[in-house]
Amino acid sequence: MNAVQILALCRREGLSLSACAVKLESEQSGASPESIRARFSRMLDTMESAARDAREAPVRSVSGLTGGDAYLYEKYRRGGSSLLGETVSLAVACALSCSEVNASMGRIVACPTAGSCGIVPAAVMAAAASRGLGREALVDALLCAGLVGQIIGEHACLAGAQGGCQAECGSASAMAAAAVAEMLGGTPEQSFDAAAMAIKNVLGLVCDPVGGLVEIPCIKRNAGGVVNALTAADMALAGIKSHIPFDDTVEALNRVGKQLPASLRETAAGGLAVTPAGLRLTEKINGPDARPEKRS
Amino acid sequence: MPTPSLFDIMGPIMIGPSSSHTAGAARLGKMAYKLAGGDVRHAVMYLHGSFAATYRGHGTDKALLAGLLNLNPSDERLRDSFAIAAQKGISYEFIPTDLGEDVHPNTVRFVITTGSGETFEITGSSIGGGQVVVSEIDGMEVRFTGERPILITAHQDTPGVISHITALLYERGINIGNMRVTRSREDKSAHMYIELDSLCGQELTAAVRAIPGIIRVKLLLPIDESDAARKE
Repeated sequence: MNAVQILALCRREGLSLSACAVKLESEQSGASPESIRARFSRMLDTMESAARDAREAPVRSVSGLTGGDAYLYEKYRRGGSSLLGETVSLAVACALSCSEVNASMGRIVACPTAGSCGIVPAAVMAAAASRGLGREALVDALLCAGLVGQIIGEHACLAGAQGGCQAECGSASAMAAAAVAEMLGGTPEQSFDAAAMAIKNVLGLVCDPVGGLVEIPCIKRNAGGVVNALTAADMALAGIKSHIPFDDTVEALNRVGKQLPASLRETAAGGLAVTPAGLRLTEKINGPDARPEKRS
Repeated sequence: MPTPSLFDIMGPIMIGPSSSHTAGAARLGKMAYKLAGGDVRHAVMYLHGSFAATYRGHGTDKALLAGLLNLNPSDERLRDSFAIAAQKGISYEFIPTDLGEDVHPNTVRFVITTGSGETFEITGSSIGGGQVVVSEIDGMEVRFTGERPILITAHQDTPGVISHITALLYERGINIGNMRVTRSREDKSAHMYIELDSLCGQELTAAVRAIPGIIRVKLLLPIDESDAARKE
């Protein structure tokens, strides 16, 4: 299943991407459309708490390395100082909150992974808030995001250890971009243009977590990822097309992921993880003998 | 790969920070809990690879223990598992180790002592996205993913025991998906592992236990977290 086939199906049967997601899942698993939507509705509940909790009160990660930034940013933007305006600053705040809740052993929805769990919820919630859209629109958006993730999962991969951060935060951005485009009235074609542009912006992004933990730089990459998603969706809604179609960007993501050396695929042996500051922080959490490159 | 399900992409609902280091770890703990018949007194957990390198920062230790306390990967009490274990008088130890070259990087070996003094060993890996596979139980190679029930026996290495067991399965209309028999030279016992194609009740365990020559029997049922997820 690829975007070309999905678009043909949508055209033939007059479906939106979210309706298409439900139809295909129902045919595949035998689950009723109602039960599929009900499970997504439960995910939305969890996402809403995760996107709120770390904004309202600061949380700390298990390692003690990170936390408190969602709270800090929320205070700043509420004070009216944000450069980004209400919608985008809300998205950044929600993405930081989800990611900090994740790092603090709070409850989140992996979408597609735990490390990238802030991007899809933050994008769809901020877009819904900007247009006063309700719960049903949010559930549809999450279904649409899931369908885009299915295509990436089939033709590339979604794990940092396999394809780098482009496969995690990059995929999440693409899923979020498509979801927001549909939610704001875009066609299925516009959703895939949005998803393609989101992938193009982060192609090659490496996975280089300090100490191997889902914290530095993952939390801030969720904030960057959601802005990427909203930018791509906005461009698509304006009628801008991706010169490289979505299926081709997924193929490129897959190929680039395979070309990334192991040191840049979640092993904490390259990138930011082995900078002087990265190594200092690693020592702080694990002790002097626990530098990842010494273990391997 | 084949098209993943919508729910492979969106979800699971889980406690962070890592689906393989936290959610998968909790699920492995729960499998060990089931194997111990829900009666864990003391647990030693040998951590291998990335589990050994990052278990504190990922909360892998808390998650493994939470599983041993029968908590689900989405249960917020997971982060308080040390305190809950202390309340219940369950003791535990985490030992970073090296389980060998070909072992999956996210692997744990549990050595569990139950309230009745029995000891079990179970080794499993967290293979991504919260999915897990148990690879060894009491020295026997298995492949339990929590999706299908498995029956494990220790029995006297004499003719007829296995046919007795398979006859019980036949009577209940249960098909065998996979089976493996190994023997131990030291004590003349044999171990058998049978993967079943359909569900069965613990009544089967009692029936198997009544067979002459059976030393020990365990039935591991599929891991079901859906009820708990619904309650949330």
